[in-house]
Formats: sequence, C-alpha cells, structure tokens
Amino acid sequence: MELTDLTLYELQGLLTRKEVSSTDLTKIYLNRISSVDPRVNAYIRVAEEEALRAAEKADRRLQAGEGHFLTGIPLALKDIFITEAIETTCASRILAGFIPPYDGTAVKRLKAQDAVILGKLNMDEFAMGSSNENSPFGAVKNPWNPACVPGGSSGGSAACVAARMAAAALGTDTGGSIRQPASHCGVVGLKPTYGRVSRYGVIAYASSLDQVGPLTRDIQDCAILLQAVAGYDPLDSTSIDTPVPDYPEEIKKPIKGLKIGRPKEYFIEGLDPDVASAIDRAFATYRDLGAEIIDVSLPHTDYAIACYYLIATAEASSNLARYDGVRFGQRIDPGEGLIEMYRQSRAAGFGTEVKRRIMLGTYALSSGYYDAYYLKAQKVRTLIRQDLTEAFEKVDALLTPVAPSPAFRIGEKTADPLQMYLSDIFTISINLAGTCGLSLPCGQSREGLPIGLQLIGKPFAEEVILRAGYAFEQATEWHLQKAPL
Amino acid sequence: MKISRKEVEYVAGLARLSLREEEIEALTSDMDSILAYVEKLNELETAGIIPTAHAVPVENAFREDEIRPSLGTSKALQNSPESENGCFRVPKVIE
Repeated sequence: MELTDLTLYELQGLLTRKEVSSTDLTKIYLNRISSVDPRVNAYIRVAEEEALRAAEKADRRLQAGEGHFLTGIPLALKDIFITEAIETTCASRILAGFIPPYDGTAVKRLKAQDAVILGKLNMDEFAMGSSNENSPFGAVKNPWNPACVPGGSSGGSAACVAARMAAAALGTDTGGSIRQPASHCGVVGLKPTYGRVSRYGVIAYASSLDQVGPLTRDIQDCAILLQAVAGYDPLDSTSIDTPVPDYPEEIKKPIKGLKIGRPKEYFIEGLDPDVASAIDRAFATYRDLGAEIIDVSLPHTDYAIACYYLIATAEASSNLARYDGVRFGQRIDPGEGLIEMYRQSRAAGFGTEVKRRIMLGTYALSSGYYDAYYLKAQKVRTLIRQDLTEAFEKVDALLTPVAPSPAFRIGEKTADPLQMYLSDIFTISINLAGTCGLSLPCGQSREGLPIGLQLIGKPFAEEVILRAGYAFEQATEWHLQKAPL
Repeated sequence: MKISRKEVEYVAGLARLSLREEEIEALTSDMDSILAYVEKLNELETAGIIPTAHAVPVENAFREDEIRPSLGTSKALQNSPESENGCFRVPKVIE
C-alpha cells in the first residue's frame, strides 16, 4: 500500500499522529504527477511552489496540534475555480494568462483548513462537454484505458483522483459533469443540491444549473469534502441558508427500511448490457441490506436533453458575453473599432463547442424565438421537476445508471454533437430539478472499464444518498478497485 | 430546414462572433439538427404551466447597504489587455 492510495480519512490520521509530514506527502504526490500525468493529461497547471509553501504552513499547524480535518492533505481543483495568484483559464484560450485577484468561497474554505492545493485540472472548455475532448490543453485519457475518454466536463478531476494524483478533487456539475466522469473513472462524485455549495468564484456556465461538488476515492471522503465546502455564503445570493448536517457522522446510520425507487424510464432499450446487469446486481445488494425497492415513473425523462440544451445554452450565451477583450483575457484588435475587436477576440478565444452553444443560446433567446424555445423549455423544466417531486412522495431515493454505457473511445462521438449530448440522458434531469445526485462505482464492463450507479436524493438530503452509498460500499468492494497505471 | 445560413450569420452578429466560412457552414448544419431534435418539446402540452427559472425557490436576497473594502483599482485592472489612468482602455467607439 502506497501513501497515494490512502483516503482523506486515513491521511488525516497519519498527519495528526505525525507519522508523515504534509511536506513529504505533497512531494510524493508531486512526484506521482510527474511520472503519471504525461499518460493522463489531467493537470493544466501544477502549482508546485504554492503547494510546498502551503504544506510547510500545514506542518506548523499540525505540530502545534491546531489541525483541521483537511490540514496538510493534497487536493486539486478543476480549472473553473478561480484561485488567487494561480492562472485560471477554464480551459479556454480566451482566458490565457488570467491571474485571479481573489479566491472563490469553496477554495477559501479549503485553504481555511490549510489543505494543500496541488494544481488546476483539465476540463472541457467552460465545462461544455461530456468527454473532456473540448480542451485546448488536449484530451484527458481515462486511467483505466488511455484509448477511452474519462467523461466530462470534470474529466481531469475524475482522472486525477482515479490515477492517485491528488487525494481528492473538486469539480462542477451542470448536466452531469461530476457524476458521469466519476462513473467512467471508477471514483465517487456528488452533485449537491443547487444552493448547497457557494458558486462564488466559480466561472459561470449555466447559472441556474451549475453546482460545486467533490470527486473522491470513497463515500466517507465525499462526506468529508462536502462538509468542508457546504453552507450558506452571503456572496452567492442563490446559496441557501439551511443547516449543514454532520455528513461524516450521518452516513454511518443504518439504511434498513430505506425506500429506493426504480424509475422505469431509465432502463431503456440501448442501455449497455454490462451496465444493466451491474445496476440489477446493485438493486439485489440493496434488497439484501434491507432496503425496499419500489417501481416509479418519471414520465418526462425523454424531454430532459432537449430542455437542457435550450436552457443551458441560453444562460451560457448570456454568461459568456463578458469575454469581450476589455477587462480580462485575450484581445485581438484589427484596428477597425470596438465591435470588430469584440468579434475577433471572441472568434480567436473560443473553441468550436463553446461557439456552438453560444450560437444556439443566442438563437433561443432572440426576438421571435424566445417563446418557442426558451420559454417552452422552462415550462418543460417545471414538468421534469414535478416528476421528481411526485416520485419523492413515495421513495427516499432513486437508483439509476449514471451513463448509458461505460467510457466510450476518444474520437467516437466528436463528429456528431447531438450523439455527444445524448450521453448525458440519465444525469441532466437532476440539474433541471435542482436536487442532488451521487455516482459511485458498482461494477466493471467485460473490457475492464468502471461502471457507476447513481443515487438521486430529495433536495438537501445529501446525507440520505451518501448513507445509501456508504452501506453499498460496506457490502461490496468496487470502490477498492484501482486503475492499472 | 429549421435554420438558414442567413439566420446563422444574423445570430453570429448578435453574439459578437466573427465566423469563418467553414464555421458558418458547420454551424448551420449542426444547429439545424439540434433544433430539429428540440422540436420534440412541442409534443408536450404546456399551456398554463408556470415556467421554472430557478429550481430551488429563492426570495430576493437583500443585505445591509454597508461600505466594505473592495478589490481596488490596481487589482481590478491587473488582467486588462490595456489600461490607462486607472481605466480600461478600449478602441475608439465614436468616430
């Protein structure tokens, strides 16, 4: 067993007992990154100096017996989190050279515990993608098979945790961007309820859907990291002022009698047979653990992708209007006035998928089409949300696949944007409804690729799905599988 | 066709995007198939349904109007491509 295989919980024990120093641990992780990352491409930027400085400070805190839970533990961040004095690009050329003047709230909360930030992780540009192929820094490779995608958009975060290049990572999820890569890389990923974690200092994609969450080795680590970042923040007016439970304690409670719903619309024709049988076995495990499985229906599931790609692109077209070559980022000025400077800076700075979504969103919001597309999508969003609300009158959680297949091959879906969008079919409704969803490993395909299951919870009931995930881990060993790197 | 080349050029103008010839062609075809796909929303009757803008209901978030420290001019300008006399500098707007 190597130190990089240990969980947050185990590392915290070693650090507190002074069996290892944060400086040594950080160096071990930095070495691991230099030897492994050339094959994975998970990091955009390794912040070696800053990490070692933070580790020294953490060691002083630990020596003085003043450590918090995450003190001295090496973590990494998706490059969507702005970090003071460390270049942050959101994997876009338009933000090349952008040095944020402050930290966002989630980062501040990690730093307040003296966690060590190893660096910034690769992602689909502006979090737009399901495969991490939309990055000017190159595609991220799946640690289980370098010919496959890690999923997206938090592909760097999932691959980094799976390849043991950080103890845990933070990502963001707008339509499945934490859960789907977690599933494809065999790690745990949580999209908390909208408003559970502050979005302050997170570069915006679709503001009514974006949410910050952890990617970790196991459920206990997920609870620990969620605990560190959750809670009301006056700097995010959409964060909700509701008490934060003690997640690491809550997960240990029994799940006997838990009512788990099986939404029939998620078990469709075309579902990969390996995924289908892994999910069937998961239902059997839950029955053995004393849970009650109940058939439910979410009748508007089939409309979720169409609804999402209007709402998310509309919000993106508005959010990304700020990249205009004036206050930050790249400027291309052909000397033909202000408007031409905007047009050229944006043309040179944005990649293909980002342009496609800006165009689609601008069209959906444009005069004459607003009612037909954007307003219609918002009404369908109401129906999708009602489906979940009604299901949660009968059950405590839902269990579904995370993705219709295990990780697909690099290049397999890049030619057809619509096929790529359809790979998010099982995760998108949860963002539209604003509730929480958890992905955890539950099997492996015949080709040896990880398969994840999704537990969907009621709004602000993260502890319930984490508890169900923890019970599953106690009964199985899928979370102990390690990528062959 | 759900969208014409001319409409794509018009939307690119609204979005302040300068597009190359091959980008206009690719976007016309991509947007056409995506818009054909989202047509399926019209299978649903939505008269009388209240649209959802935010999934978790939030009241207006007010705070006290108190003076607090802000970023400051030099930090605010540190990432600007061009600045002058404490201001962002842009190309000439009015001839």
